[in-house]
Amino acid sequence: MSVDENLAGISNVLLYGAMTAYVVAMIAFALDLADGQRTAKGEAARRARLEREAAKAGGAVATLPPPAALARGRRRAAAVATSVLGVAFLLHLGSVVTRGFSVDRVPWGNMFEFAVTGCLVVTGVFLAALVHARRNGFAGGRDLRYLGTFVVGPVLLTLGLALRAWYVEAAELVPALDSYWLIIHVAVAFLASALFTIGFSTTVLQLVQDSRETRQREGRRTGVSFMAALPSAQELERTSARLHAVAFVLWTFTIIAGAIWAQKAWSRYWGWDAKEVWSFVIWVAYAAYLHARATRGWDGRRAAYLSMVGFTCLVANFTIVNIYFVGLHSYAGV
Amino acid sequence: MGTPPRTDETHLDRLREDAEPARAGADTAVPPALGPGELLRYAWRQLTSMRTALFLLMLLAVAAVPGSVFPQRDIDPVAVRRYLVEHETAGPWLDRLQVFDVYSSVWFSAIYLLLFVSLVGCVLPRALVHARAVRARPPRTPARLARLPEHRQVAVAAAPADTARAAEEVLRSARFRVDVREEPGGSSAAAERGHHRETGNLVFHLSLVGLLVSVASGSLLGYEGQRLVVEGETFVGVRGDWDSFAAGPWAGEEDVPPFALRLDRMDVEFEEDQASALGQPRLFAADVTYTPRPGAEPRTQTVEVNTPVEDDGVQINLSGNGYAPVLRFTDGQGRVVHTGAVPFLPQNANYDSRGVLKVPDATDASGEQVQLGFQGVFLPTVTRGEDGTPRSIFPGDANPMLALVAYTGDLGLDDGTPQSEYVLDLAGLHAVRGADGRPIGYQLTPGQSVTLPDGLGTLTFEGVTRFASFDVRHTPGQSAALLFSLLATAGLSASLFIPRRRVWVRVRPAAGGSGGAAGGSPGGSTVEVGGLSRGSDAGLAAEVDVVVQRLAERLGEPPGARADGAAPGVGDDGTGNDQARTAAASREST
Repeated sequence: MSVDENLAGISNVLLYGAMTAYVVAMIAFALDLADGQRTAKGEAARRARLEREAAKAGGAVATLPPPAALARGRRRAAAVATSVLGVAFLLHLGSVVTRGFSVDRVPWGNMFEFAVTGCLVVTGVFLAALVHARRNGFAGGRDLRYLGTFVVGPVLLTLGLALRAWYVEAAELVPALDSYWLIIHVAVAFLASALFTIGFSTTVLQLVQDSRETRQREGRRTGVSFMAALPSAQELERTSARLHAVAFVLWTFTIIAGAIWAQKAWSRYWGWDAKEVWSFVIWVAYAAYLHARATRGWDGRRAAYLSMVGFTCLVANFTIVNIYFVGLHSYAGV
Repeated sequence: MGTPPRTDETHLDRLREDAEPARAGADTAVPPALGPGELLRYAWRQLTSMRTALFLLMLLAVAAVPGSVFPQRDIDPVAVRRYLVEHETAGPWLDRLQVFDVYSSVWFSAIYLLLFVSLVGCVLPRALVHARAVRARPPRTPARLARLPEHRQVAVAAAPADTARAAEEVLRSARFRVDVREEPGGSSAAAERGHHRETGNLVFHLSLVGLLVSVASGSLLGYEGQRLVVEGETFVGVRGDWDSFAAGPWAGEEDVPPFALRLDRMDVEFEEDQASALGQPRLFAADVTYTPRPGAEPRTQTVEVNTPVEDDGVQINLSGNGYAPVLRFTDGQGRVVHTGAVPFLPQNANYDSRGVLKVPDATDASGEQVQLGFQGVFLPTVTRGEDGTPRSIFPGDANPMLALVAYTGDLGLDDGTPQSEYVLDLAGLHAVRGADGRPIGYQLTPGQSVTLPDGLGTLTFEGVTRFASFDVRHTPGQSAALLFSLLATAGLSASLFIPRRRVWVRVRPAAGGSGGAAGGSPGGSTVEVGGLSRGSDAGLAAEVDVVVQRLAERLGEPPGARADGAAPGVGDDGTGNDQARTAAASREST
């Protein structure tokens, strides 16, 4: 077995192509948000005018269109962004697959590969959610396109960081990673991390929206006017909770699969290795989030902060723990 | 049902609050004089309250962190000793705070034990409440279904009695528990489903208790031992001379089965071709012959990092490997007083290895008893740095070299204190010096010999073999731990993803019809369907729509033809429902 350097080169070119497409998609998503802001403002003005006229005429306001009519017509920028994101995904997928074939193994044998493949899963999950939403006619609070900028942004950031700081040439696996549990344990970890990431973006939006709504109720200037086009804080909270619930189950499974592998490879299923400690801390933090949602006085903003603590631990687990802490997981060649 | 549904989707929801209305007073104010019994009750209520559990969870996460920041005794005792030497003032204090034994410390144990007590104290009463709830009839149909988050009203041609029966069948086939009640002017079916959301929640929490017990049994009854084995050597389990052995309070060396493990060959490969990954390990494989007990049929196996020997609850893992130069020492009298492989422990990725040879029974040329010790490094692929010091640049044995310094004097073996095989106690030793008075550094390649001065003898570097380190462990309760974790995951999924829904169907004779009159023409019925979910539930609208549609199908009427959609007058109940209703409407129109 050796490394096919041609394929590894193609993989890198495809990755750069994907990043270009990601940039385009992110700009288009941002334009869509800006557009939504204009539409929302126009709609608000129209409603105000209609209400004034209705008041003048002395009639009821019953003739006003229901809020659902607020939904904008065709969102061209969002459609373009979604298509370009699809292209970026395919290029990215090509890059990951060629990387895998160049070394004849799963493409997550070191930190660079983990980051690149992880980003692919984030995009994949997001696109799958969009396809699902489209099938439902973007109804029922399922239109997640508003999240585009906040999903593609972190993906681009991570890819840039991976290429700049963690890049290593394609190589064969070290014996410790040579197990089918690498496929199971890490694949589930990818999915969980991807959902936690999208959930985190949603939570940030929820908090921004919540502050905006509070300021609006108090009649103050709201500032972040593009948020007008986004769902209400309550709706964002529900979306984020759903994402976190799925991610939490997957994270539980990641830990279990990791423990089974640890039993095989290190003859103990749990040994408080640095990575195990942090996986546990993440699990407990998100468990606290789920409990907080059900505790009076802790739901809403406080629960959201807890989920952000969980995400901070997740990021720390991948970066700080991998690089600075000595442990059994630090063979990855960074 | 007057209160609006809260947005809690997770498990510990209103059921808990339903079960503890009596607590409200106790939680907020402490009565002035509490008797000891009351005080205990008060403390118990506090401990098992949701807020305490949440607080303990957060505390647990924080308390686990120091274990990854500071070295831990049961993982890396050497690092702990080094830390204590390097931090003279802070070290002992941290040690007193059990920072080097976080996961067995008093404070960490206190947190998780309290958490588990709180968990049990919360879950058991809930299990009783749940057992009653499962048997209870679905709640009575509310008077005004139009006030529920989901509401549909349809007119059907079928008679009220038939419609009511059909509604019951539809609900039952959708796995609802149904209770039909007669009402003035008609009848209604109350249906409920999703009780296993709470079942899952209880299973999840109780499985965590099971997991804790499994883990505890593993550390009480388990043992682990490490042993380094040179190629060709056999290692016997029972009363084996372990390099290190640790057992739980209820286990010991006598529990190790009398297996025998012979290391036939240690295969090691490193990356040789790719410059960027040069020297990275590619293969560690130990060919062993394993005999479960004396007299049993031996079997050969290749032990790799991810493929241990598993037998009778004992697992033998390959945990390390390295080089063992074969050395022969002939003393001043010409007697061979040592011959054999001496393991040198690798210090870095290029296998710069350190080792020691002790020769306690030599006689020098003049006939005097001497003890000799050699200490030095083994370099598998040696090169010389700019300053001339030799070092290894590749972990494979392409160009091996042994560099040693010889000592004579007292090895310190005679006073009975146990000594490490890999360290020379230099206290009673002095280096063998050359004519210039400086310690002699011997550098040997395989096949070379050096003769020590003063008739001490001759050391020969005969060749290189390898050793493997094995980790022998017995961890009872691991299957139980796996079972409980999987149960917990299943319970968790159920508690998060099973929606708890209530649907009511009220059937009345159509307005203007002669429903009640026997023999009169049945003028059709008016059907009202209401839906309510515990927590936010994106699928409730669809569920209600499906009930309406199936009811129409069962009655043989065109689905949705006479549905008049959402009732007016409920637009003020919240934000999410508008969208859900729009979704339903759009589905109906397609």
